[in-house]
Amino acid sequence: MDPDHHNLKPDPDLRDSPEVSYAGSTEPPQVLMRGIVKRFPGVLANDQVDLEIKRGEIHALLGENGAGKSTLMNILYGVYQPDAGEIFLNGELVSIHTPKDAIELKIGMIHQNFMQITNFTVAENVLLSMKNRHEPFLDIAGATARINRIAESLGFSIDPGAKVSLLSIGDRQRVEIIKALYQQAEILILDEPTSVLTPQGTRDLFRLLDDLIRRGLSVVFITHKLEEIMSVADRVTVLRLGKKVATLNRAETDTRELARLMVGREVLYDIKKEETRLEGEVLRVEDLQVLNRKKLVAVDGVSFSVRRGEIVGIAGVIGNGQSELNAALCGLQPVRGGRVIMNGEDLTNAQPREILKWGVGFIPEDQNDGLLMNQEIWENLILNGHGQPPFADRFGRILFKNAFAYSRELVERYSIKVRSIHSLPRELSGGHRQRLILARELSRNPKLLVAAHPTRGLDVGAEEYIQQQLELGKEQGMGILLISTKLEETMRLSDRIVVMYKGRVMDILDRDEATVEKIGLLMAGVKQ
Amino acid sequence: MENEANNRRRSIWAVLWDNDFLFPVVVVLASFVLGALLMLISGVNPLIAYRALFDASFGSSNSISETMVKACPLLLCGLGTIVAFRCKFWNIGAEGQIYAGGIMAALVGALPLHLPGLVHIPLMILAGAVGGALFAFIPTFLKVKLKINEVITTIMFNYIAIHLVGYLVHGPMKGKGFLPMSEKLPPECCLPRLIPATRFHLGIVIALVTAGVVYFLIWKTVLGYRIRTVGENLTAARLGGINPVSVVIWAGLISGGLAGIAGMVEVGGIQTRLVEGFSPGYGYLAVAVGLVGQLKPLGVVLAAILFGALLSGSNAMQSAVGVPFTIIYVIEGFMIMAISARFMKRRLK
Amino acid sequence: MNEYFTMIFFTGFLSGLVRIGTPILIVALGELISQRSGVINLGVEGIMLAGSFSGFYICYLCNDPWLGVIAAIITGGVLGFIMALLSVRFRANQIVAGIGIWIFCQGLVGFAFRRAFGIITLPPTVVGMTDLPIPLLSRIPLIGEAFFSQSVLVYFSWVMVPVVYLFLKYTSWGLKLRSVGEDPAVAEAAGVNYMLVRHLAVIFGGAMAGLGGAFLALNVLRFFTDDMIVGLGFMAVAVVFFSRWRPVWVLLGAFIFAAASALQFRLQAMNFPLNYHILLMFPYIATVLVLVLFVRGEEEPGALGTAYEKER
Repeated sequence: MDPDHHNLKPDPDLRDSPEVSYAGSTEPPQVLMRGIVKRFPGVLANDQVDLEIKRGEIHALLGENGAGKSTLMNILYGVYQPDAGEIFLNGELVSIHTPKDAIELKIGMIHQNFMQITNFTVAENVLLSMKNRHEPFLDIAGATARINRIAESLGFSIDPGAKVSLLSIGDRQRVEIIKALYQQAEILILDEPTSVLTPQGTRDLFRLLDDLIRRGLSVVFITHKLEEIMSVADRVTVLRLGKKVATLNRAETDTRELARLMVGREVLYDIKKEETRLEGEVLRVEDLQVLNRKKLVAVDGVSFSVRRGEIVGIAGVIGNGQSELNAALCGLQPVRGGRVIMNGEDLTNAQPREILKWGVGFIPEDQNDGLLMNQEIWENLILNGHGQPPFADRFGRILFKNAFAYSRELVERYSIKVRSIHSLPRELSGGHRQRLILARELSRNPKLLVAAHPTRGLDVGAEEYIQQQLELGKEQGMGILLISTKLEETMRLSDRIVVMYKGRVMDILDRDEATVEKIGLLMAGVKQ
Repeated sequence: MENEANNRRRSIWAVLWDNDFLFPVVVVLASFVLGALLMLISGVNPLIAYRALFDASFGSSNSISETMVKACPLLLCGLGTIVAFRCKFWNIGAEGQIYAGGIMAALVGALPLHLPGLVHIPLMILAGAVGGALFAFIPTFLKVKLKINEVITTIMFNYIAIHLVGYLVHGPMKGKGFLPMSEKLPPECCLPRLIPATRFHLGIVIALVTAGVVYFLIWKTVLGYRIRTVGENLTAARLGGINPVSVVIWAGLISGGLAGIAGMVEVGGIQTRLVEGFSPGYGYLAVAVGLVGQLKPLGVVLAAILFGALLSGSNAMQSAVGVPFTIIYVIEGFMIMAISARFMKRRLK
Repeated sequence: MNEYFTMIFFTGFLSGLVRIGTPILIVALGELISQRSGVINLGVEGIMLAGSFSGFYICYLCNDPWLGVIAAIITGGVLGFIMALLSVRFRANQIVAGIGIWIFCQGLVGFAFRRAFGIITLPPTVVGMTDLPIPLLSRIPLIGEAFFSQSVLVYFSWVMVPVVYLFLKYTSWGLKLRSVGEDPAVAEAAGVNYMLVRHLAVIFGGAMAGLGGAFLALNVLRFFTDDMIVGLGFMAVAVVFFSRWRPVWVLLGAFIFAAASALQFRLQAMNFPLNYHILLMFPYIATVLVLVLFVRGEEEPGALGTAYEKER
């Protein structure tokens, strides 16, 4: 019996049936999680959550950031241990202490950050989690053959000998799927799989999921994107603030209801757009070429500009050069070719301290790059100006009175929830840490703000606040370059959108002409 | 978020623990226990041994001054450790930097300048600092420009320095006698003794003053802010406009300079000449001094006195009960290991 | 006359090369495994000393060098275990912990040495190991004696190079080791026991360091003083950096570093007109030069020097 082709026959009627009831159904659900409780320091991630997955269904797990969806699935996959509650597989109580247990129980998980070792080949990554039958040597040839077989049966091809670091994001995701199938998973958990895909890539993935269902797998799909649920899921479970709010059939609900359940109130996606006078250029990028860490071209001749009083958004799937572009603009990565002109000054290849002097502010891609976790709030807030008056005198001494006063004012102005200016950033929530960074940058009234993924990982409330602040900045004449993977955010805030694909600018769209389809096609490399 | 209980009166123990005072004390006590165990294994009564140690280090005004004499270079090098480690520049080269400073001080001290001591001695101090700083410069430079691991390079330079001294005292700087050492320095070039009939010299005062200077530097100046920030988060520091290359170079030079001054103090205050092996591992001990002192000047002062006591009393311990003096390295090594365990998680305030 | 001179210089030099290169090689191979698992162990300098003392002492007492070797391996393994505890279990700063172990070992060995031998004027000696010439190969002129008329441990060290290479590249244990060194989070998710693997790797590194020290005491020097290991352990760590974490290059690196030391001894013996002290600096200057010329900061195992904290 070929382990890669499952013999289970899915019930074709079940998927479109409007009724879901357990009374009368003799088969126990494939997965039943009951009363799951999980606490982390300071937060109750899962609060008595129940979840039921039926065989052969695509079950979506919906919730905002921080609702507890990933935690719940990580418990199922053995990464975390629940503080209370039970897990049943096919009616039998199981205990899953490690991912190895989960794998043995035929549960596979594809995390948002792929669990792959970039310096290993595809085959090595797959073999890592397998029991080795030919001790002690690895059966690389056998693995290679099997990987090829699985890939072929799913309709794509992957080179098992390729180093993972050289693969595209889409391919890396496929490697994750191959890994799960190699381990003969019957339950596949995907954590925000489409966050790294273009709209077309998403469609391909959904087709793949349908294929897997036909082979007898069940799929759990973590997401916060409502349209995706409506297009592919059979049932949806909504989590909010650690609690399960509802489980619904997809056919019986719509995006508005799901949004309401997810957030708990009507969500107003409505930011007032004021007319702003556009003045001079604050940023001009000409034919920029930047190499990435592997010395490959990541930014390949990019040109665009940002003017005062406008927000320019960079749209694109992760991995198409945005990180390198951001790093080059911040001065963290050297530029191989082209020019970067900020506020009229040629700052190509300048160090961050130079760039700061010309009235530029940064919101770094990774929040940790913008915070000094073990230093006090006030030390964080004066970071950019610490060497000059009013915070230091000409002998190099720090003027504490001025520093403290300034910090107190900022904390108040931006409503940063902190005990005192002598607390540490680690005591703040993610959203307030971002406020800290924002406060620091905006209060210097930069002419240009380079904001990379400013609302990443934040809940809706924090997201709204940050977006409002960006709008405010723009109204006050700031030029903002917004790099974000959240397409809705980019479209909502930007006056113009630069779409990047494989390091190049596909097109620059004005606000009124930008539609999801257009951008999606451009993001996937399809020129109009 | 903090709950109400934390805002109210916390137990004194919690406060001490938080302020990084309790932990080093616990570590020190534990290492003494370890030492005691070793002594028991080799048939020695630890209480007698420790008593002998205590008497030799604190028992009389002479012993106390000897303890301070040993503490002085430890303190200076320990301060250097603070400056370097606070920006994550792992300078293990204090041993070599001491010798380099000693060489420069001896050279300047031997110059026939005919200047009063009041002028000549500060010149020697300066020379010592320059010597130590220059010696630290190459490993620092290699680290910031070529990313070469500074631990290995600074340790290699330690061996180079030791042999350099050997070369000089057997050769170009050899004095008139048969022994391999330089000529004795003229009296006005030696650090004056402050307490009669003891070896308590000016250098000790200089070291204590330097501790205050380092405190000011690290917490009250822009450079100190930069050093701490670079050590805390390199990328955030860069994005905040700090140039880590210049910060680390300054830190390296200052920490080398401090060790160099320690070298001057030994050569000018105790040895009064350049001689091989004048440092019984002060540079390496200083790593422990810095860590036990939690990289804070006050802590380092206390730790330096502790280690000074261990050094000065260990010979007495050896003669009294036959415990080899190398036991203090066991104790010191254990302290470093224990401190390292908490080093990652604690916040370096 | 010149040919005779060259021959003596050359064979003597090669012999010295192997004698010094072998302990460096052994320690470096162990450190390679440790670093591939993500732990940089600077304590090997001290562990070498501990190994050389325990090896020497046991041999001195029992007149059997191989018992000494076993003692050295055990000593090194125990010290490696301590390093593993610190750096893996307690997530200590690896650099600081390593220095601590080094100083600790210096003290412990000094203590034990003096308790064992008391106050003596000359260092104690042992007969130590005998050589095992390989039948035909040892007759090859010039290099035969230097390379093929050595102790079993020397041949062992050469065999270990391909063994380590095969282990890392082609076995599942090697794969697991490398995964822990690259990305512990991923390794854990794949079911690898991160703690166990790192512990074993560091213990192995310690055992090899002990073995290297024993070789130095029992084969090369045949006496013991407590400042025998003058930086050889650190040179071994430098060799690992130089080798870009590849076993074959470790072999090459060990011999390059050994060449600097061996050259220095040879030149001394020949009364070469360069000052004795300056010559002593050679190996250390060479180490720095090699690092400058060949080593940059990339290509290291992704998780080298960091510890992993698992949220339970």
